Amino acid sequence: MNATLQEQDGTDEVILSARHIAKSFGNVHALKSVHFDIHRGQVTTLFGENGAGKSTLMKILSGVLQPTSGEIHLDGRPVSVASTTEAQRLGISIIHQELSLAPNLSVRDNIFMGRELGGPTGIDYAEEERQTRLLMEELDEPIDPRTPVEELRLGQQQIVEIARALSANSRILIMDEPTSALSASEVEVLFRVIRDLKSRGVSIVYISHHLEEALTITDHAVVLRDGTMTAYAPRRDIDLEWIVTNMVGEGFDLGAPPSGYVMGEVALSLREVSVPDATLPERSAVDRLSLDVKAGEIVCIYGLMGAGRTELLESVAGRLPLSGGSVLLQGRDVSRLGIAERIEQGLVLVPEDRQRDGLVQTMSVGENLSLASIGSFTRRLFTSRRREQSVVEESIRNVHIKTDGGGAEIGSLSGGNQQKVVIGKMLATHPDVVLLDEPSRGIDIGAKAEVFRLLSEGARQGLAVVFTTSEVGECLSIAHRVVVMSRGRIAAEFGADVSKAEIMAASGEAVAA
Amino acid sequence: MTHASKAQRNARPGAGGGFDLGRLLLEGRAFFALIAIILIFSILSPVYFSTNNFLTMSSHVAIFGLLSIGMLLVILTGGIDLSVGSTLGFAGVFAGFLMQGVSFEAFGVVVYPPVWAVVILTCAMGALVGAINGVLIAYFKVPAFVATLGMLYVARGVALLMTDGLTYNNLGGSEALGNTGFDWLGFNRLFGVPVGVLVLAAVAIAAMLALSRTPFGRWVYSTGGNARAAELSGVPVKRVQVSVYVLSGICAAIAGLVLSSQLTSAGPTAGTTYELTAIAGVVIGGAALTGGRGNVRGTLLGAFVIGFLSDGLVIIGVSSYWQTVFTGAVIVLAVLLNSIQYKGRKGRKTSPPAASDDKASSSSSPQRVAA
Repeated sequence: MNATLQEQDGTDEVILSARHIAKSFGNVHALKSVHFDIHRGQVTTLFGENGAGKSTLMKILSGVLQPTSGEIHLDGRPVSVASTTEAQRLGISIIHQELSLAPNLSVRDNIFMGRELGGPTGIDYAEEERQTRLLMEELDEPIDPRTPVEELRLGQQQIVEIARALSANSRILIMDEPTSALSASEVEVLFRVIRDLKSRGVSIVYISHHLEEALTITDHAVVLRDGTMTAYAPRRDIDLEWIVTNMVGEGFDLGAPPSGYVMGEVALSLREVSVPDATLPERSAVDRLSLDVKAGEIVCIYGLMGAGRTELLESVAGRLPLSGGSVLLQGRDVSRLGIAERIEQGLVLVPEDRQRDGLVQTMSVGENLSLASIGSFTRRLFTSRRREQSVVEESIRNVHIKTDGGGAEIGSLSGGNQQKVVIGKMLATHPDVVLLDEPSRGIDIGAKAEVFRLLSEGARQGLAVVFTTSEVGECLSIAHRVVVMSRGRIAAEFGADVSKAEIMAASGEAVAA
Repeated sequence: MTHASKAQRNARPGAGGGFDLGRLLLEGRAFFALIAIILIFSILSPVYFSTNNFLTMSSHVAIFGLLSIGMLLVILTGGIDLSVGSTLGFAGVFAGFLMQGVSFEAFGVVVYPPVWAVVILTCAMGALVGAINGVLIAYFKVPAFVATLGMLYVARGVALLMTDGLTYNNLGGSEALGNTGFDWLGFNRLFGVPVGVLVLAAVAIAAMLALSRTPFGRWVYSTGGNARAAELSGVPVKRVQVSVYVLSGICAAIAGLVLSSQLTSAGPTAGTTYELTAIAGVVIGGAALTGGRGNVRGTLLGAFVIGFLSDGLVIIGVSSYWQTVFTGAVIVLAVLLNSIQYKGRKGRKTSPPAASDDKASSSSSPQRVAA
């Protein structure tokens, strides 16, 4: 299991090979000298946890990002993929997790978007339509070229994306989590299309969190961890365990569950909580879920994308309405209260996307830190600058934010410190229960450890902590209890002595373990 | 635009010291523009630089200033209020209507409310107009542009209906009816200063305090900066949105009272297109139309820049067509400088090398002013 590539056995031909690819963002090394091969007419799957560098590598191959160092060879010749148009010219297309179709336009217009076929009288719609029809037939998905994309099911939309890549003569197709939003039957259609593409000589790079699923379609496996390639092997030599072992590795020590104190009463109690799905209101994103969390306890909720973690936390915090059940805080029903009232009662949420939901970018570090606790430094009508200053300074000290002071601009901080600002802002309200949605997303391992240390400190002082994660390693750190969510329900509950394989098996990520 | 060449001269000397000066000129641009305007017109016209003229011009500015302060609150939350000009006209007519006496036919009496009651009722009317805007925008998710555009038409239409298109000329009231004193709202002077200017000063101080020293102010800035984050931090975002439109409506009503007092008449077409001047004042004052950035001081300067510029052009006898051209150019220039300033801010925080670009753009901006 070293990072060097084994030579090919001659039967399959390498169409693209990337060597010593490194990428740094400031001081953060996203990729460290990674090797990556794509074989003609075969599927290469890239495995790795969030933040392992998968999407960075794919963005480099598709021209979205430029590598800091390293080289890419296509058909044996060195190439530089300077832009996405350059990548397209070289025959490399990427299908992102979030589809990049214009929903208001028809299938035909989407497929030829930006490459419209000209005729003597403007766009040659007839020819575009003929080619689209042909493409859709080849893909066994006879959708009328004039159907607006918004009327198609998600799986069909994905096929349209694939058709668009094919019509641009793509030889290499990168698919980033293509099945995360698909139903089982749609996945089957997608896999049939992939096999068909393979037989036509198209090479596929596949990224997925669903390990089992990926194993059924892949020919080669490459595993990334913390920006380094940890393993490489053809399909016949590997199994699920091999992937999991290489993916999670030994890991960084993120701490252990705090102990040596007695947990208090139940602080947060969820009773049969249901939340409707945002896109399909008749379906439930959270389905009659019940959970009790004691004061001083740390609960980790693990689940794949779409398992309902974010919806659960947002509804508990009051951002989303419940369709059933109730939320009890210290035994009092808070289900009918607004966000502000729940904060007052001691229930706070640190949202998943700190840029979108956590920070006010136009305000300073101090103003962000004090935003949720303005009341504590307001006397009668007016805020007190002196009191606010002490609130801000206390927060900066408590959560260890590295900053020039409260007046600094929020954008001058690193991702980890910005995350600490969001956490510090909510902790400044002196809550009893804190919910954190993926608190470690997009921050480096050192900051991650510090955030976890903060949480265990809080728990020691009687704070009830619920955090979600999509990285198995994080479940095995400070949590007293690990709850695995799948399709809006609790699939399993474990103590702190659970193993990674058990968690992954329960989440539906890997059936055998 | 000769005033800008002064900025250019100032910016030139010493490439080393040029950066700080450029930055200073950029950030204090509304202030420097105002000084430049006063200097230039004082040179061009002997009557411009006199206390009396300043007071007269200030009483013109008072109207725009009042509208601009209301507009600032709305723009800080990321909204826009296109209805203030119509609300101003409507408020004037409404006040005029009350001054003529309200007859209750069922009782066979005509009630002549005293001026203080007229003021309160008119402000309440402005608040109601704003509340309708705010509720439509915050709770019914009508885009602010559309909701207030609709109100622009409705309020103007109601004002025209109330008077049949005519103007109330008799606002003096009479001693016998106990409703004199309307001229104290804008026409008269207190300690030699037009009352309208004092009203503006009072409203400005109140707005300044509210924005910088109260939780409400913080809520306004955070709603405009990132409404989602503000909501999750417990800010009552919807109530904040309704409040700023209500305040904007009240400001427009006050401006309507001041204007009809200044003119001693209330016409239904008063204040047409004033909403655009108000927006211009806010923008020249450095506020971002995307919300979250801006302050009362800048907005007041913006209102004075526009007022002093257009009055100055009148005094030196430039045709009103050219005045329009100048005003438009100043507004575009202001927005251009805003984007340079905010881009510079962003550039500085992302990476150190960007600081040199920032430097270049800010020190080159005075030249752009001159262009």
